[in-house]
Amino acid sequence: MGGIALAFYWAPEDADQGFSQKIFYIHVPIALTAYACFGVGAWKALRLLWTRERRYDLESYTAIHIGVIFGLLTLVTGSIWAKVSWGHWWTWGERQLVLFLILFLFYSSYFMLRYSTDPGPRRERNSAVYALFGVVLIPVSFLAVRIAGTILHPTIFTHEGANLPGQMLVAFIVCLAGILALAATLYRVELAGKRIDASLRELRELLA
Amino acid sequence: MTTSEKYVTAAYLVLLGTLLVYLLIIALKVGRLEQELADLTRIAREKQGG
Repeated sequence: MGGIALAFYWAPEDADQGFSQKIFYIHVPIALTAYACFGVGAWKALRLLWTRERRYDLESYTAIHIGVIFGLLTLVTGSIWAKVSWGHWWTWGERQLVLFLILFLFYSSYFMLRYSTDPGPRRERNSAVYALFGVVLIPVSFLAVRIAGTILHPTIFTHEGANLPGQMLVAFIVCLAGILALAATLYRVELAGKRIDASLRELRELLA
Repeated sequence: MTTSEKYVTAAYLVLLGTLLVYLLIIALKVGRLEQELADLTRIAREKQGG
């Protein structure tokens, strides 16, 4: 909330895009958070394959679950911004957009793979391998616009630093911290719910 | 309200709406878990008593 207040009342209006640039303060942090969630999901998957500890399966699954929610939000808020800035909701010519869509669809398919096999070590292993494959798409998606050049999608963070005035950067960092904290909270709540669910199922079997 | 303001409001409402739906889902899930826990407690008590 603090970040949004800073974005609206403290950060200056963008000279080029005007008021519509305010979407930047939620769209980019949400996108970065989605990348972070997918990254955490892949890291937990690696830990599962490395240590064979079953708790990492649930942690990887939960991180990807939250990542898909933030991925969907990225696409929706990005489309709204595209409509107001470029005049259309989507463009297939922008590599960063298409690669993010591929990343989102890849991790959305994770659930289909997961629930197409019975619970157990085989499903955990398959899900972990799939989650790890997807992590390759994260840097590709993130760096696409820098590697290939862009026509429409702006590049704010370059090798020379942030391409933003100080006040905008501060508002952005506060928004990013807020969205990351929100994702971490959702992750904890979701994971706790899933763990309680699993414990209750086990208890039910013991009492049957 | 200008066109830009409408789109910016829509983007922020999408975030808020998603959060509210998520909260609702979590609230329903907590309610279901609470009910399940109460059922299991009752079964455990019955087993202990019988």
